[in-house]
Amino acid sequence: MDYLIRFIQMHETFRRPETDALADLNGFKVEWLSYSDDSPFAIIRFPDDIDHDTAAKALISRSIMTYAIYELWGTGSDYEALHKDIRKRTEHLWEQYRRPSFRFEIDSFHGSRSHGERRDIMESLGYMEFQGPIVMRNPDHHFAIFEDFKLDAKSPHQLHFGRRIAESGRGAITKYNLKKRKYIATTSMDAELSLVTANMAQAAPGRLAYDPFMGTGSFPLACAHFGSTVFGSDMDGRSVRGKKGRNVKTNFEQYGTSSLYLDGFAADLTNTPLRTSRYLDSIVCDPPYGVREGLKVLGSLKPALQQEVLLWNGQPAHLQSDYIPPKRPYSFLRMLDDILDFSTTMLVDNGRLCMWMPVAGDVDEDEAEESETVPEKAPEEQEEYDIPQHPALELVSCCTQEFNKWSRQLLTYRRRRDSEVDVDALAAYRMQRLDLQVNGSKKSTADELNDFRRKYFQGFKERT
Amino acid sequence: MKLLTLNFLTCAIKTCKSNPASFPLHPKDAELEQIEIDMNPIFIRNILPRLDWVALKTLSSELGLASLPEDVPTEEELMGEDGEATQTLKDLHVLLMETGIASGRLCCGACGHEYAVKEGIANFLLPSHLV
Ligand SMILES: C[S@@+](CC[C@H](N)C(=O)[O-])C[C@H]1O[C@@H](n2cnc3c(N)ncnc32)[C@H](O)[C@@H]1O
Ligand SMILES: [Zn+2]
Repeated sequence: MDYLIRFIQMHETFRRPETDALADLNGFKVEWLSYSDDSPFAIIRFPDDIDHDTAAKALISRSIMTYAIYELWGTGSDYEALHKDIRKRTEHLWEQYRRPSFRFEIDSFHGSRSHGERRDIMESLGYMEFQGPIVMRNPDHHFAIFEDFKLDAKSPHQLHFGRRIAESGRGAITKYNLKKRKYIATTSMDAELSLVTANMAQAAPGRLAYDPFMGTGSFPLACAHFGSTVFGSDMDGRSVRGKKGRNVKTNFEQYGTSSLYLDGFAADLTNTPLRTSRYLDSIVCDPPYGVREGLKVLGSLKPALQQEVLLWNGQPAHLQSDYIPPKRPYSFLRMLDDILDFSTTMLVDNGRLCMWMPVAGDVDEDEAEESETVPEKAPEEQEEYDIPQHPALELVSCCTQEFNKWSRQLLTYRRRRDSEVDVDALAAYRMQRLDLQVNGSKKSTADELNDFRRKYFQGFKERT
Repeated sequence: MKLLTLNFLTCAIKTCKSNPASFPLHPKDAELEQIEIDMNPIFIRNILPRLDWVALKTLSSELGLASLPEDVPTEEELMGEDGEATQTLKDLHVLLMETGIASGRLCCGACGHEYAVKEGIANFLLPSHLV
C-alpha cells in the first residue's frame, strides 16, 4: 500500500530532504508519488522488498518536519471519488478492522467544519461497518480524513483517508526549547532547526558527530538526542566553559545525555588540533557570519605580533595564564571553503556535513581581511553567495529558512567515496587552495585577491 | 578531557601536522579524573577501528594506566557469543570513556608547544607567531 505523510506547513524546503535523509539512514529510498510545497499532505511508496509498516515507523518516528504517517486507504478530489477509491483499495481489509477499537479524526487544512458537518463526514464512512468501540485515547486503530482546501475556498479540492502508523518526533521540540535550557546565548540555534539538522546529518547510536563552532552546543545536543556520540569546540573558550553550573556540559546533564558528550575545547577551525584522519560520521555547524558577528581567526596583521612577544621580565607573553591570543579578521567565503575542505579530510565515506549559511551578504569582502572594521552593507546592497562546492562532497540538499529581511540555508553534503571523486577536479582544487594559502593569507593587494578569487570561485557552482 | 578525545587531538600548529612526533600529545603534570557513565557498546565497536591504537597505548602507559593488548581487539573479543559485553569491552569503556585529564598540560613531541587543560577543557588557541 501507499503511505500518506502529514507534514507541518512550515519550513517547506526542509521537509522532503529530512524525509529522504531518514530513509537513507534506514537503508531505503522512498518514491514520492505526490508532493507540493503548498500542501501538508504527501504520498509516498516504499520499496517492495521491505516491510512497509516497519519502514513507515522508522521513517517518521524521529522526524521533525512531520506530524505522522498513515497507510493510505483512499484519495479523491471529492467525497464520491474518495469513497470509490477507499472501496477499491481496501474493501478486502475491512473485515479485520470490524472488532478492534477505533476512532476517526478530521484534519481540514485551511478549512473548518461545523460539528454537524464532521458528524456527517464520519457517518458517510459507515459502509466499512466498523463495530468496535470508539475510543479517543489510544484506540487500536486511528483513522483520519484529510481535507486540503485552497486558501478561502468553500470546499476542499483534495481528500485522503488513512490509518495512522506512527507519530513523529516533534515532541522533542518542547523538550529542547531554548526557553527551558539552562545555558544559551544569542546565537543558540532553536530546538526545531537543531533537531532537523541532526536528522539531516543522520545522527544515530554508535556514530560520532563534531561541531567546530559549538557555541552553547545546540547541534551536539540535538545529535545526542538521536543517540550520536558528540564533541565540539569553539574559538571562544568562554562559550564552552560557561559560568559555574551553566555550561555546555550541564546542558547535556539537563537532557540526560551526558554519556554521549565526549568533550568541548577551545580551538580555531583554521588552526584545528584535530588529527587528520577520517573518523567523523557527521559535522554540524553554524559558522559565524561575516562582519556583523566579527568573523575572526587566530593571528595578527601587526608585524610586531608575528614574532614571539616577551614581557618586561623576559617571559614569553603566551605562557601567562591570562594570555589572550590575538585574532584577525577573515573572509566568510574562505571560512566556508575551509569548512568544506576540513570536512573532506575528516568524514568517513558517506559521512555528512550540515552547514548553515546566510543566502546573501558582502560577497566582495576582501577588505575584511585587511582592516579591523568593515562597514556592513545594507541588506539591499548584498549579493547572493554561491553555494560552495568541493570535488569530494556531493551537495545532497539545500533548505532555506526565510525571515522578514534575510534568509539562511542549511546545506547538506555527503562525503563521496574516493572512487567517486573526480581526480582532476580534486587536483585543480588543491592547487587553488595552495595558491590561496601562499598568496591569499599573509598580505596581498585587494586586486591580487580579487583576481585570485575570480579564478578560485570558478570552482563554485552557480546557484540554480 | 577523555582519553578517547585525546586520540583525536594533535598539535594545532600547521607545520607539526606532517611530523609523526606531534601525535599523540604527551600529558604533563596530569591530574586524572574518573567519571562513571553508561556503557555504549555499539559506539566502542564502531570507533575502535578508527583509533590510533599505538597512540592509545603510548598515552595510557605515560599516564601509568593498565597496559593494553598489543593489537586492537577484534569484534569477537568485544562481544561474547551470548551478545554480552566481554571484560575487554568493559575495560576499554573505562579507559576511553570514563578516564580523563582534569587538568595539566599536553605537550607536542615535535615542537614542544604545550596546551593547558583546566577543568577538563583544553585550550588549543595559538599565539600569533605560531599560526
Ligand atoms: C553562530 S555561533 C554558533 C552557535 C551555536 N550553534 C550554538 O547553538 O550556540 C558561531 C560560533 O563560532 C565561534 N567562532 C568564531 N570564529 C571561530 C573560529 N575561527 N573557529 C572556531 N569557532 C569560531 C563563535 O565563538 C561562536 O560561538
Ligand atoms: Zn607542535
